[in-house]
Amino acid sequence: MSEKVLMKGNEALAEAAIRAGCKHFFGYPITPQTELAAYMSKRMPKIGGTYLQAESEVAAINMVYGASAAGVRVMTSSSSPGVSLKAEGVSYMIGSDLPAVIINVQRGGPGLGGIQPSQADYWQATRAMGHGDGHVIVFAPATVQEMADLVARAFDLGDRYRTPVMILADGLLGQMMEPVVLPEPVDESNLAPKEWATSGHKGLRPRNTISSLFLDPQQLESSILERRKRYELIQEVEQMAQEEYMDDAEVVVVAYGAASRIVRSAVNKAREEGLKVGFIRPITLWPFPTQVIQAAAKKAQAFLSVEFSTGQMVDDIRLAIRDELPVNFFGHTGGVVPDPDEVLVAIKRSLSQETFYEIPYQKRLTGGA
Amino acid sequence: MANLEIMLAGFGGQGILFSGKLVAYSGLFDGRELSWLPSYGPEMRGGTANCSVCLSDEAIGSPLVINPDILVAMNMPSFDKFVEAVKPNGIIIVDSSIADACCMRKDVSFYRIPATQLAEENGLKGLANVIMVGKLLQLTEFSTLDSLDKAIEKSVSAKRAEMVGFNKKALRVGYEYVDQKECE
Repeated sequence: MSEKVLMKGNEALAEAAIRAGCKHFFGYPITPQTELAAYMSKRMPKIGGTYLQAESEVAAINMVYGASAAGVRVMTSSSSPGVSLKAEGVSYMIGSDLPAVIINVQRGGPGLGGIQPSQADYWQATRAMGHGDGHVIVFAPATVQEMADLVARAFDLGDRYRTPVMILADGLLGQMMEPVVLPEPVDESNLAPKEWATSGHKGLRPRNTISSLFLDPQQLESSILERRKRYELIQEVEQMAQEEYMDDAEVVVVAYGAASRIVRSAVNKAREEGLKVGFIRPITLWPFPTQVIQAAAKKAQAFLSVEFSTGQMVDDIRLAIRDELPVNFFGHTGGVVPDPDEVLVAIKRSLSQETFYEIPYQKRLTGGA
Repeated sequence: MANLEIMLAGFGGQGILFSGKLVAYSGLFDGRELSWLPSYGPEMRGGTANCSVCLSDEAIGSPLVINPDILVAMNMPSFDKFVEAVKPNGIIIVDSSIADACCMRKDVSFYRIPATQLAEENGLKGLANVIMVGKLLQLTEFSTLDSLDKAIEKSVSAKRAEMVGFNKKALRVGYEYVDQKECE
């Protein structure tokens, strides 16, 4: 096993991608993601890979399309405004059934927004990462270790289901350093061959075509329905979530990514006070972990969603439990990171059967980041 | 050693993030859980650059320090910004050659060390930040000289290897410094 090292989330993710067999990276710098691209620019030439800073995010995602069509493991990374620019290319990749890993180190939006941590791109990532009937698989790491660990899984699932996969991080996870044990490099000879790839065949097999254009509506519909079957399978077998303190939980707090770190502090304090609070942390956002949410709803009295947004994932909790229980919301947005003490208050209010949906004006004294 | 939430703050360019990195690395060598979170963005040019470091024996929840146990302030704006946020019974250390601060709070321990001046007197120009870490170690024993020496070896870039010795010396200057009198 490799030793524990101290790394920024952005760097750990980049190194783990290389170890997962990614030898091609196309990107464009943007805060708070830049260390990821910078790391790739240093390492890729040394391992015989490609690092290319494109002229724009639109160019970068289309280079990813091309590399993926040629059958290699390829990645791009950006932050919120840059990810919006990539949306068209992602939709084309969905329509062409091309795998790739796309990183969004989220910052505040809309528009240029700000550069501080945010989770305001949840809807974009899980609902419409481009036009058309499509999805991407979305992972939400919560530690630097997970930034590293989820990358290989993202590449594997992308290849298995022939779909783009997004890792939805944020500025806090990208910029912070924590100890991390980097994953062992994958043995690339064990990866399944991509028989669909347009990688040259010298007349030895029928020609492969990769395209998202179907002018015949019947054909287009059947391609979408075929993909939909894969989505149903993904929703059935690929849900991931972490549960804590769920045995006697009356209120279940749901949070992902960096927000789950704040919630963990708050839930630990609540438990020290003897409060019956449980904690569910979705690791996949699409597929949303409906199975654990529904199981929790059988015993709990209420849910509380905590996000760095004005409330987006809260919709998925409500859908999962068909609104059979109250689902409260507490959040901050625009780059403001909630204080664990504020979350603790929201937990207590939920325990006393209050229902609320709240984004308070910033009251606290001070804070870092 | 208890769990610690530390806020280090100063001007961009004073090596605040580096100081935080030394504290973080010492945690790695001591086998503890830790997190290091910098402020980033336009704040780093002028104004205050700051850095949150958490050391704990359990998994770290929020890496963002809002109410620190310890504030290390290397300029006046940082002291002013964070002094009220420090937890009761917390510790505040200021570089008194830059920030001529007096602390009105009676519920915290307040220490002044002329780190920038000490750095110059000892031929360690630019290493006031490491002197501050030495003082922090002296006051709290959050780690050991040995772990911090290793942290210095890890954190100083290979291209500037000659700086390792100076950093270790600066650490000791701070570690051995006897307090300046409280301000009147």
